[in-house]
Amino acid sequence: MRRGGLAVYAVGVYAFLHVPLLILAVFSFNASKFTVWQGFSLHWYAALAQDRDLIEAAGNSLIIAIVATALATVCGTLAAYALWKRASGWISGGLYLSLVTPEIVTGVSLLAFFQWAFRFLNLRLGMHTVILAHVGFSLAYVVVVVLARLRSFDRGLEEAAMDLGATEFTAFRTVTVPYLAPAIAAAAMLAFTVSIDDYVITSLVAGVDSQTLPMAIYALARRGVSPMLNAVSTVIVAGLGALVLVSERLRAR
Amino acid sequence: MNRLRRFFLAPAAALLAVTLAAPLAIVCAYSLMTRGAYGGVERPFTFENYTRFWDPLYGAIVWRSCWIAAAATVLCLVLAFPLALFIARSGARKNLYLSLVILPFWTSFLIRTYAWMFLLRDTGLINTLLQELGAIHDPLPLLYNNGAVILGLVYGFLPFMVLPLYATLERMDPSLAEASADLGARPFQTLWRVTLPLCAPGLRAGSILVFVPCLGTYLTSDLLGGSKTILIGNLVQNQFTSARDWPFGAAASLVLMAVAMGLLLAARRQGEQML
Repeated sequence: MRRGGLAVYAVGVYAFLHVPLLILAVFSFNASKFTVWQGFSLHWYAALAQDRDLIEAAGNSLIIAIVATALATVCGTLAAYALWKRASGWISGGLYLSLVTPEIVTGVSLLAFFQWAFRFLNLRLGMHTVILAHVGFSLAYVVVVVLARLRSFDRGLEEAAMDLGATEFTAFRTVTVPYLAPAIAAAAMLAFTVSIDDYVITSLVAGVDSQTLPMAIYALARRGVSPMLNAVSTVIVAGLGALVLVSERLRAR
Repeated sequence: MNRLRRFFLAPAAALLAVTLAAPLAIVCAYSLMTRGAYGGVERPFTFENYTRFWDPLYGAIVWRSCWIAAAATVLCLVLAFPLALFIARSGARKNLYLSLVILPFWTSFLIRTYAWMFLLRDTGLINTLLQELGAIHDPLPLLYNNGAVILGLVYGFLPFMVLPLYATLERMDPSLAEASADLGARPFQTLWRVTLPLCAPGLRAGSILVFVPCLGTYLTSDLLGGSKTILIGNLVQNQFTSARDWPFGAAASLVLMAVAMGLLLAARRQGEQML
Protein backbone atom coordinates (compact mmCIF):
# COMPACT_ATOMS: atom_id res chain seq x y z
CA MET A 1 0.00 0.00 0.00
CA ARG A 2 2.68 2.51 1.02
CA ARG A 3 4.82 1.49 -1.90
CA GLY A 4 1.86 2.20 -4.18
CA GLY A 5 1.30 5.61 -2.62
CA LEU A 6 4.94 6.50 -3.15
CA ALA A 7 4.77 5.38 -6.76
CA VAL A 8 1.72 7.55 -7.45
CA TYR A 9 3.49 10.49 -5.87
CA ALA A 10 6.62 9.81 -7.94
CA VAL A 11 4.59 9.67 -11.15
CA GLY A 12 3.12 13.04 -10.23
CA VAL A 13 6.54 14.61 -9.68
CA TYR A 14 7.89 13.13 -12.92
CA ALA A 15 4.88 14.53 -14.75
CA PHE A 16 5.59 17.94 -13.22
CA LEU A 17 9.20 17.70 -14.45
CA HIS A 18 8.52 16.53 -17.98
CA VAL A 19 4.99 17.36 -19.12
CA PRO A 20 5.50 21.14 -19.56
CA LEU A 21 8.30 20.54 -22.08
CA LEU A 22 6.29 17.85 -23.86
CA ILE A 23 3.33 20.20 -24.21
CA LEU A 24 5.66 22.90 -25.49
CA ALA A 25 6.97 20.51 -28.14
CA VAL A 26 3.47 19.29 -29.13
CA PHE A 27 2.24 22.84 -29.74
CA SER A 28 5.21 23.58 -31.99
CA PHE A 29 3.38 21.38 -34.53
CA ASN A 30 0.12 23.25 -34.18
CA ALA A 31 -1.35 24.75 -37.33
CA SER A 32 -2.87 27.64 -35.41
CA LYS A 33 -1.11 30.65 -33.99
CA PHE A 34 -3.23 30.37 -30.86
CA THR A 35 -3.09 27.84 -28.07
CA VAL A 36 -5.93 25.80 -29.53
CA TRP A 37 -5.08 22.63 -31.41
CA GLN A 38 -6.04 22.97 -35.07
CA GLY A 39 -4.15 20.18 -36.69
CA PHE A 40 -0.61 19.11 -37.45
CA SER A 41 1.65 21.46 -39.36
CA LEU A 42 5.34 22.09 -39.90
CA HIS A 43 4.57 25.72 -40.61
CA TRP A 44 6.53 27.06 -37.62
CA TYR A 45 9.59 25.05 -38.49
CA ALA A 46 9.48 26.49 -42.00
CA ALA A 47 9.19 29.97 -40.49
CA LEU A 48 12.17 29.16 -38.30
CA ALA A 49 14.28 28.21 -41.29
CA GLN A 50 13.45 31.59 -42.85
CA ASP A 51 14.30 33.70 -39.82
CA ARG A 52 17.70 35.26 -40.48
CA ASP A 53 18.12 36.73 -36.98
CA LEU A 54 17.52 33.41 -35.28
CA ILE A 55 19.84 31.57 -37.63
CA GLU A 56 22.59 34.11 -37.16
CA ALA A 57 22.12 33.95 -33.39
CA ALA A 58 22.30 30.15 -33.53
CA GLY A 59 25.53 30.40 -35.53
CA ASN A 60 27.02 32.78 -32.98
CA SER A 61 25.99 30.49 -30.15
CA LEU A 62 27.62 27.51 -31.79
CA ILE A 63 30.89 29.34 -32.48
CA ILE A 64 31.01 30.66 -28.91
CA ALA A 65 30.15 27.30 -27.37
CA ILE A 66 32.68 25.36 -29.47
CA VAL A 67 35.57 27.77 -28.91
CA ALA A 68 34.78 28.24 -25.21
CA THR A 69 34.38 24.48 -24.69
CA ALA A 70 37.71 23.72 -26.36
CA LEU A 71 39.58 26.31 -24.31
CA ALA A 72 37.87 25.47 -21.02
CA THR A 73 38.40 21.73 -21.54
CA VAL A 74 42.13 22.09 -22.22
CA CYS A 75 42.80 24.61 -19.42
CA GLY A 76 40.55 22.76 -16.98
CA THR A 77 42.06 19.35 -17.66
CA LEU A 78 45.61 20.66 -17.23
CA ALA A 79 44.60 22.45 -14.04
CA ALA A 80 42.87 19.36 -12.64
CA TYR A 81 46.00 17.31 -13.29
CA ALA A 82 48.20 19.93 -11.61
CA LEU A 83 45.85 20.14 -8.63
CA TRP A 84 45.85 16.35 -8.34
CA LYS A 85 49.66 16.36 -8.21
CA ARG A 86 49.63 18.90 -5.44
CA ALA A 87 46.72 20.91 -4.04
CA SER A 88 46.64 24.67 -4.33
CA GLY A 89 44.38 26.51 -1.92
CA TRP A 90 44.24 29.62 -4.08
CA ILE A 91 43.23 27.90 -7.28
CA SER A 92 40.74 25.54 -5.61
CA GLY A 93 39.26 28.45 -3.67
CA GLY A 94 38.94 30.48 -6.85
CA LEU A 95 37.24 27.61 -8.70
CA TYR A 96 34.85 27.07 -5.81
CA LEU A 97 34.05 30.78 -5.73
CA SER A 98 33.35 30.81 -9.46
CA LEU A 99 30.94 27.87 -9.05
CA VAL A 100 28.94 29.47 -6.25
CA THR A 101 28.88 33.09 -7.42
CA PRO A 102 25.34 33.93 -8.55
CA GLU A 103 25.25 34.26 -12.35
CA ILE A 104 24.01 37.82 -12.25
CA VAL A 105 26.96 38.84 -10.06
CA THR A 106 29.41 37.15 -12.42
CA GLY A 107 27.75 38.96 -15.31
CA VAL A 108 27.79 42.48 -13.90
CA SER A 109 31.31 42.13 -12.49
CA LEU A 110 32.62 40.98 -15.89
CA LEU A 111 30.80 43.87 -17.53
CA ALA A 112 32.31 46.37 -15.08
CA PHE A 113 35.76 44.84 -15.56
CA PHE A 114 35.59 44.83 -19.37
CA GLN A 115 34.38 48.42 -19.47
CA TRP A 116 37.18 49.43 -17.15
CA ALA A 117 39.85 47.54 -19.11
CA PHE A 118 38.61 48.92 -22.43
CA ARG A 119 39.52 52.41 -21.28
CA PHE A 120 43.12 51.34 -21.79
CA LEU A 121 42.61 49.04 -24.75
CA ASN A 122 41.06 49.81 -28.06
CA LEU A 123 38.42 47.08 -27.80
CA ARG A 124 34.66 46.77 -27.50
CA LEU A 125 32.22 44.17 -26.23
CA GLY A 126 31.71 41.38 -28.75
CA MET A 127 32.19 37.70 -29.42
CA HIS A 128 35.61 37.71 -27.73
CA THR A 129 34.24 39.02 -24.43
CA VAL A 130 31.44 36.46 -24.51
CA ILE A 131 33.92 33.66 -25.20
CA LEU A 132 36.21 34.80 -22.39
CA ALA A 133 33.28 34.94 -19.98
CA HIS A 134 32.11 31.46 -21.03
CA VAL A 135 35.59 29.95 -20.64
CA GLY A 136 35.73 31.55 -17.20
CA PHE A 137 32.48 30.12 -15.87
CA SER A 138 32.80 26.66 -17.43
CA LEU A 139 36.39 26.11 -16.26
CA ALA A 140 35.35 25.05 -12.76
CA TYR A 141 32.89 22.46 -14.12
CA VAL A 142 35.66 20.86 -16.20
CA VAL A 143 38.07 20.75 -13.24
CA VAL A 144 35.47 19.15 -10.95
CA VAL A 145 34.61 16.41 -13.46
CA VAL A 146 38.22 15.59 -14.43
CA LEU A 147 39.47 15.71 -10.85
CA ALA A 148 36.81 13.18 -9.84
CA ARG A 149 38.22 10.71 -12.36
CA LEU A 150 41.83 11.40 -11.34
CA ARG A 151 41.00 10.35 -7.78
CA SER A 152 40.76 6.75 -9.01
CA PHE A 153 43.95 6.96 -11.09
CA ASP A 154 46.89 4.87 -9.94
CA ARG A 155 49.99 7.06 -9.60
CA GLY A 156 52.11 3.97 -10.15
CA LEU A 157 51.15 3.84 -13.84
CA GLU A 158 52.82 7.16 -14.58
CA GLU A 159 55.84 6.20 -12.51
CA ALA A 160 56.14 2.95 -14.44
CA ALA A 161 56.10 4.88 -17.73
CA MET A 162 58.82 7.17 -16.46
CA ASP A 163 60.89 4.22 -15.20
CA LEU A 164 60.70 2.88 -18.73
CA GLY A 165 62.20 6.09 -20.01
CA ALA A 166 59.26 8.35 -20.77
CA THR A 167 59.61 12.00 -19.88
CA GLU A 168 57.09 13.44 -17.49
CA PHE A 169 55.13 15.05 -20.29
CA THR A 170 55.16 11.90 -22.43
CA ALA A 171 53.86 9.91 -19.47
CA PHE A 172 51.06 12.44 -19.05
CA ARG A 173 50.22 12.39 -22.74
CA THR A 174 50.36 8.65 -23.36
CA VAL A 175 49.23 7.21 -20.02
CA THR A 176 47.20 9.73 -18.06
CA VAL A 177 45.25 11.46 -20.83
CA PRO A 178 43.92 8.20 -22.34
CA TYR A 179 42.80 7.11 -18.88
CA LEU A 180 41.04 10.46 -18.41
CA ALA A 181 39.43 10.48 -21.88
CA PRO A 182 35.87 9.60 -20.76
CA ALA A 183 35.96 12.25 -18.04
CA ILE A 184 37.38 14.83 -20.45
CA ALA A 185 34.58 14.06 -22.89
CA ALA A 186 31.97 14.35 -20.13
CA ALA A 187 33.52 17.62 -18.97
CA ALA A 188 33.45 19.01 -22.50
CA MET A 189 29.78 18.03 -22.82
CA LEU A 190 28.98 19.84 -19.60
CA ALA A 191 30.95 22.92 -20.65
CA PHE A 192 29.21 22.93 -24.02
CA THR A 193 25.72 22.72 -22.53
CA VAL A 194 26.30 25.43 -19.92
CA SER A 195 27.80 27.64 -22.61
CA ILE A 196 25.11 27.20 -25.24
CA ASP A 197 22.38 27.69 -22.64
CA ASP A 198 23.67 30.77 -20.85
CA TYR A 199 21.58 33.90 -21.05
CA VAL A 200 22.27 35.97 -17.92
CA ILE A 201 26.04 36.44 -18.22
CA THR A 202 26.05 36.49 -22.02
CA SER A 203 23.45 39.24 -22.32
CA LEU A 204 25.56 41.50 -20.12
CA VAL A 205 28.89 41.04 -21.88
CA ALA A 206 27.66 40.69 -25.48
CA GLY A 207 28.13 43.46 -28.00
CA VAL A 208 25.85 44.52 -30.83
CA ASP A 209 27.28 41.92 -33.21
CA SER A 210 27.21 38.96 -30.85
CA GLN A 211 23.55 38.17 -30.19
CA THR A 212 23.30 34.53 -29.12
CA LEU A 213 20.42 32.07 -29.44
CA PRO A 214 19.33 32.38 -25.78
CA MET A 215 19.33 36.17 -26.21
CA ALA A 216 17.12 35.88 -29.29
CA ILE A 217 14.81 33.46 -27.46
CA TYR A 218 14.62 35.76 -24.48
CA ALA A 219 13.71 38.73 -26.70
CA LEU A 220 10.95 36.69 -28.39
CA ALA A 221 9.65 35.42 -25.04
CA ARG A 222 9.46 38.96 -23.66
CA ARG A 223 7.43 40.04 -26.68
CA GLY A 224 4.91 37.29 -26.11
CA VAL A 225 4.45 33.64 -26.84
CA SER A 226 4.83 32.57 -30.46
CA PRO A 227 4.63 29.05 -31.84
CA MET A 228 7.93 29.71 -33.56
CA LEU A 229 9.47 29.93 -30.12
CA ASN A 230 8.03 26.49 -29.35
CA ALA A 231 9.63 25.22 -32.54
CA VAL A 232 13.06 26.64 -31.76
CA SER A 233 12.81 25.28 -28.19
CA THR A 234 11.94 21.84 -29.51
CA VAL A 235 14.92 21.90 -31.87
CA ILE A 236 17.28 22.88 -29.03
CA VAL A 237 15.93 20.33 -26.56
CA ALA A 238 16.08 17.60 -29.21
CA GLY A 239 19.60 18.65 -30.22
CA LEU A 240 20.90 18.66 -26.66
CA GLY A 241 19.10 15.37 -26.00
CA ALA A 242 20.78 13.77 -29.01
CA LEU A 243 24.14 15.07 -27.84
CA VAL A 244 23.64 13.55 -24.39
CA LEU A 245 22.59 10.22 -25.91
CA VAL A 246 25.59 10.11 -28.25
CA SER A 247 28.01 10.93 -25.46
CA GLU A 248 26.45 8.28 -23.21
CA ARG A 249 26.87 5.73 -26.00
CA LEU A 250 30.50 6.73 -26.46
CA ARG A 251 31.11 6.46 -22.75
CA ALA A 252 29.46 3.04 -22.54
CA ARG A 253 31.79 1.64 -25.21
CA MET B 1 57.96 17.85 -11.90
CA ASN B 2 57.23 21.23 -10.42
CA ARG B 3 57.92 23.02 -13.67
CA LEU B 4 55.35 20.96 -15.51
CA ARG B 5 52.80 21.48 -12.77
CA ARG B 6 53.29 25.23 -12.77
CA PHE B 7 53.04 25.28 -16.54
CA PHE B 8 49.78 23.27 -16.38
CA LEU B 9 48.27 25.48 -13.71
CA ALA B 10 49.15 28.78 -15.38
CA PRO B 11 46.27 29.01 -17.93
CA ALA B 12 43.62 28.31 -15.29
CA ALA B 13 45.24 30.74 -12.88
CA ALA B 14 45.32 33.43 -15.56
CA LEU B 15 41.67 32.76 -16.43
CA LEU B 16 40.60 32.98 -12.81
CA ALA B 17 42.54 36.22 -12.42
CA VAL B 18 40.89 37.81 -15.46
CA THR B 19 37.34 36.43 -15.19
CA LEU B 20 36.95 36.25 -11.41
CA ALA B 21 39.50 38.05 -9.25
CA ALA B 22 39.85 41.26 -11.24
CA PRO B 23 36.09 41.66 -11.91
CA LEU B 24 35.28 41.11 -8.23
CA ALA B 25 37.99 43.57 -7.21
CA ILE B 26 36.49 46.17 -9.55
CA VAL B 27 33.02 45.55 -8.14
CA CYS B 28 34.35 45.92 -4.57
CA ALA B 29 35.97 49.21 -5.50
CA TYR B 30 32.90 50.51 -7.36
CA SER B 31 30.61 49.63 -4.46
CA LEU B 32 32.48 52.20 -2.35
CA MET B 33 32.33 54.98 -4.93
CA THR B 34 29.79 57.57 -6.02
CA ARG B 35 27.61 57.42 -9.09
CA GLY B 36 28.87 59.70 -11.84
CA ALA B 37 26.80 62.26 -13.68
CA TYR B 38 26.71 60.16 -16.87
CA GLY B 39 26.39 56.78 -15.27
CA GLY B 40 30.06 56.11 -14.55
CA VAL B 41 31.70 56.02 -11.15
CA GLU B 42 33.43 58.88 -9.37
CA ARG B 43 35.10 59.69 -6.13
CA PRO B 44 34.58 60.43 -3.21
CA PHE B 45 34.58 57.06 -1.52
CA THR B 46 31.48 56.38 0.52
CA PHE B 47 29.55 53.69 2.38
CA GLU B 48 26.28 55.15 1.23
CA ASN B 49 25.62 52.39 -1.31
CA TYR B 50 25.46 49.89 1.53
CA THR B 51 23.47 52.04 3.96
CA ARG B 52 20.81 52.42 1.24
CA PHE B 53 19.75 48.87 2.04
CA TRP B 54 18.11 50.19 5.21
CA ASP B 55 15.70 52.07 2.96
CA PRO B 56 12.38 50.17 3.26
CA LEU B 57 12.11 50.08 -0.56
CA TYR B 58 15.26 47.98 -0.89
CA GLY B 59 14.69 46.18 2.40
CA ALA B 60 11.44 44.92 0.88
CA ILE B 61 13.32 43.55 -2.13
CA VAL B 62 15.80 41.71 0.08
CA TRP B 63 12.98 40.34 2.22
CA ARG B 64 10.98 39.22 -0.82
CA SER B 65 14.03 37.47 -2.28
CA CYS B 66 14.56 35.62 0.99
CA TRP B 67 11.00 34.43 1.48
CA ILE B 68 10.52 33.43 -2.15
CA ALA B 69 13.75 31.42 -2.06
CA ALA B 70 12.67 29.86 1.26
CA ALA B 71 9.22 28.95 -0.10
CA ALA B 72 10.78 27.38 -3.20
CA THR B 73 13.18 25.40 -1.01
CA VAL B 74 10.40 24.06 1.22
CA LEU B 75 8.30 23.09 -1.80
CA CYS B 76 11.28 21.35 -3.39
CA LEU B 77 11.76 19.44 -0.16
CA VAL B 78 8.13 18.35 -0.07
CA LEU B 79 8.28 17.18 -3.69
CA ALA B 80 11.77 15.69 -3.55
CA PHE B 81 11.72 13.63 -0.36
CA PRO B 82 9.08 11.08 -1.37
CA LEU B 83 10.58 10.93 -4.85
CA ALA B 84 14.08 10.27 -3.47
CA LEU B 85 12.61 7.59 -1.19
CA PHE B 86 10.86 6.03 -4.16
CA ILE B 87 14.05 5.97 -6.24
CA ALA B 88 16.19 4.62 -3.41
CA ARG B 89 13.76 1.73 -2.92
CA SER B 90 13.23 0.85 -6.56
CA GLY B 91 16.01 -1.70 -6.95
CA ALA B 92 17.19 -2.42 -10.47
CA ARG B 93 15.34 0.50 -12.07
CA LYS B 94 17.18 3.01 -9.86
CA ASN B 95 19.40 4.34 -12.62
CA LEU B 96 16.54 4.86 -15.02
CA TYR B 97 14.49 6.76 -12.44
CA LEU B 98 17.52 8.80 -11.46
CA SER B 99 18.30 9.81 -15.04
CA LEU B 100 14.68 10.93 -15.45
CA VAL B 101 15.40 13.42 -12.67
CA ILE B 102 18.71 14.53 -14.15
CA LEU B 103 17.41 14.79 -17.72
CA PRO B 104 15.99 18.32 -17.33
CA PHE B 105 19.49 19.45 -16.26
CA TRP B 106 20.56 18.92 -19.84
CA THR B 107 17.80 20.99 -21.35
CA SER B 108 17.99 24.73 -21.45
CA PHE B 109 16.94 26.57 -18.29
CA LEU B 110 15.61 29.43 -20.42
CA ILE B 111 13.40 27.08 -22.40
CA ARG B 112 12.09 25.41 -19.27
CA THR B 113 11.15 28.83 -17.96
CA TYR B 114 9.50 29.71 -21.26
CA ALA B 115 7.48 26.48 -21.05
CA TRP B 116 5.75 27.89 -17.97
CA MET B 117 5.07 31.19 -19.70
CA PHE B 118 3.41 29.19 -22.43
CA LEU B 119 1.23 27.35 -19.89
CA LEU B 120 0.40 30.19 -17.53
CA ARG B 121 -0.20 33.34 -19.52
CA ASP B 122 -3.61 34.86 -20.17
CA THR B 123 -3.88 33.20 -23.58
CA GLY B 124 -1.82 30.22 -22.41
CA LEU B 125 -2.81 26.59 -22.40
CA ILE B 126 -4.33 26.42 -18.92
CA ASN B 127 -6.50 29.51 -19.33
CA THR B 128 -7.54 28.51 -22.85
CA LEU B 129 -8.51 25.03 -21.68
CA LEU B 130 -10.48 26.36 -18.73
CA GLN B 131 -12.28 28.82 -20.98
CA GLU B 132 -13.08 26.13 -23.54
CA LEU B 133 -14.51 24.01 -20.78
CA GLY B 134 -16.56 26.97 -19.61
CA ALA B 135 -15.07 26.85 -16.14
CA ILE B 136 -14.03 30.47 -16.27
CA HIS B 137 -14.99 33.48 -18.32
CA ASP B 138 -12.03 35.80 -17.90
CA PRO B 139 -8.51 34.37 -17.84
CA LEU B 140 -7.01 33.77 -14.41
CA PRO B 141 -3.96 35.92 -13.63
CA LEU B 142 -1.57 32.97 -13.38
CA LEU B 143 1.57 34.62 -14.71
CA TYR B 144 3.50 37.65 -13.42
CA ASN B 145 3.15 37.12 -9.68
CA ASN B 146 5.14 35.69 -6.78
CA GLY B 147 3.46 32.29 -7.14
CA ALA B 148 4.59 31.92 -10.75
CA VAL B 149 8.16 32.77 -9.73
CA ILE B 150 8.12 30.18 -6.94
CA LEU B 151 6.73 27.60 -9.35
CA GLY B 152 9.46 28.36 -11.89
CA LEU B 153 12.16 28.08 -9.24
CA VAL B 154 10.84 24.76 -7.94
CA TYR B 155 10.71 23.47 -11.50
CA GLY B 156 14.25 24.65 -12.22
CA PHE B 157 15.99 23.50 -9.05
CA LEU B 158 14.11 20.37 -7.98
CA PRO B 159 16.90 18.02 -9.17
CA PHE B 160 19.35 19.79 -6.82
CA MET B 161 17.18 18.64 -3.93
CA VAL B 162 16.47 15.12 -5.16
CA LEU B 163 20.10 14.14 -5.76
CA PRO B 164 21.58 14.77 -2.27
CA LEU B 165 18.49 13.30 -0.61
CA TYR B 166 18.77 10.21 -2.78
CA ALA B 167 22.49 9.94 -1.99
CA THR B 168 21.87 9.86 1.78
CA LEU B 169 18.87 7.54 1.53
CA GLU B 170 20.87 5.19 -0.65
CA ARG B 171 23.69 4.95 1.90
CA MET B 172 21.30 4.40 4.78
CA ASP B 173 21.39 1.00 6.45
CA PRO B 174 17.98 -0.62 5.77
CA SER B 175 18.22 -2.66 8.96
CA LEU B 176 17.67 0.52 10.97
CA ALA B 177 14.19 0.97 9.53
CA GLU B 178 13.54 -2.76 9.94
CA ALA B 179 14.61 -2.57 13.58
CA SER B 180 12.22 0.30 14.11
CA ALA B 181 9.39 -1.72 12.57
CA ASP B 182 10.31 -4.79 14.64
CA LEU B 183 10.10 -2.68 17.77
CA GLY B 184 6.51 -1.83 16.87
CA ALA B 185 6.75 1.49 15.03
CA ARG B 186 4.14 2.14 12.39
CA PRO B 187 5.56 2.94 8.91
CA PHE B 188 4.88 6.64 9.34
CA GLN B 189 6.57 6.67 12.76
CA THR B 190 9.62 4.98 11.28
CA LEU B 191 9.71 7.53 8.49
CA TRP B 192 9.33 10.48 10.85
CA ARG B 193 11.59 9.35 13.67
CA VAL B 194 14.23 7.19 11.97
CA THR B 195 14.51 7.82 8.23
CA LEU B 196 14.04 11.59 8.25
CA PRO B 197 16.56 12.34 11.04
CA LEU B 198 19.12 10.10 9.33
CA CYS B 199 18.58 12.13 6.16
CA ALA B 200 19.61 15.37 7.86
CA PRO B 201 22.90 15.79 5.94
CA GLY B 202 21.15 15.33 2.59
CA LEU B 203 18.34 17.64 3.67
CA ARG B 204 20.81 20.35 4.60
CA ALA B 205 22.90 19.97 1.46
CA GLY B 206 19.84 19.96 -0.79
CA SER B 207 18.26 22.94 0.94
CA ILE B 208 21.39 25.02 0.48
CA LEU B 209 21.89 23.88 -3.12
CA VAL B 210 18.34 25.10 -3.83
CA PHE B 211 18.16 28.16 -1.60
CA VAL B 212 21.40 29.82 -2.76
CA PRO B 213 20.67 29.88 -6.51
CA CYS B 214 17.03 30.81 -5.84
CA LEU B 215 18.16 33.77 -3.76
CA GLY B 216 20.33 35.03 -6.61
CA THR B 217 17.87 34.23 -9.39
CA TYR B 218 17.39 36.75 -12.12
CA LEU B 219 15.92 35.02 -15.15
CA THR B 220 12.99 33.28 -13.45
CA SER B 221 11.76 36.38 -11.66
CA ASP B 222 12.30 38.47 -14.77
CA LEU B 223 10.28 36.23 -17.08
CA LEU B 224 7.63 34.82 -14.72
CA GLY B 225 7.38 37.67 -12.20
CA GLY B 226 7.22 40.56 -14.61
CA SER B 227 7.74 44.00 -13.16
CA LYS B 228 5.93 43.20 -9.92
CA THR B 229 8.34 40.65 -8.51
CA ILE B 230 11.67 42.48 -8.28
CA LEU B 231 14.28 40.35 -6.51
CA ILE B 232 17.90 41.14 -5.61
CA GLY B 233 19.11 39.70 -8.92
CA ASN B 234 16.77 41.97 -10.86
CA LEU B 235 17.82 44.93 -8.74
CA VAL B 236 21.48 44.25 -9.60
CA GLN B 237 20.76 43.85 -13.29
CA ASN B 238 18.65 47.00 -13.37
CA GLN B 239 21.32 49.13 -11.71
CA PHE B 240 23.88 48.01 -14.25
CA THR B 241 21.62 48.53 -17.27
CA SER B 242 18.71 50.95 -17.32
CA ALA B 243 19.20 52.71 -13.97
CA ARG B 244 22.93 53.10 -14.61
CA ASP B 245 23.79 53.32 -10.92
CA TRP B 246 26.81 51.04 -10.95
CA PRO B 247 28.02 51.74 -7.40
CA PHE B 248 24.68 50.75 -5.91
CA GLY B 249 24.44 47.73 -8.22
CA ALA B 250 27.94 46.70 -7.15
CA ALA B 251 26.99 46.99 -3.47
CA ALA B 252 23.84 44.92 -4.10
CA SER B 253 25.90 42.21 -5.86
CA LEU B 254 28.29 42.01 -2.95
CA VAL B 255 25.45 41.80 -0.41
CA LEU B 256 23.95 38.94 -2.45
CA MET B 257 27.30 37.23 -2.73
CA ALA B 258 28.04 37.62 0.98
CA VAL B 259 24.75 35.95 1.92
CA ALA B 260 25.35 33.09 -0.54
CA MET B 261 28.94 32.55 0.61
CA GLY B 262 27.97 32.78 4.26
CA LEU B 263 25.39 30.03 3.87
CA LEU B 264 27.73 27.78 1.90
CA LEU B 265 30.58 28.22 4.36
CA ALA B 266 28.27 27.55 7.30
CA ALA B 267 27.19 24.33 5.61
CA ARG B 268 30.78 23.34 4.91
CA ARG B 269 31.76 23.90 8.49
CA GLN B 270 29.12 21.40 9.47
CA GLY B 271 31.03 18.86 7.48
CA GLU B 272 29.06 18.89 4.24
CA GLN B 273 31.27 18.18 1.28
CA MET B 274 29.28 19.40 -1.66
CA LEU B 275 32.15 19.90 -4.04
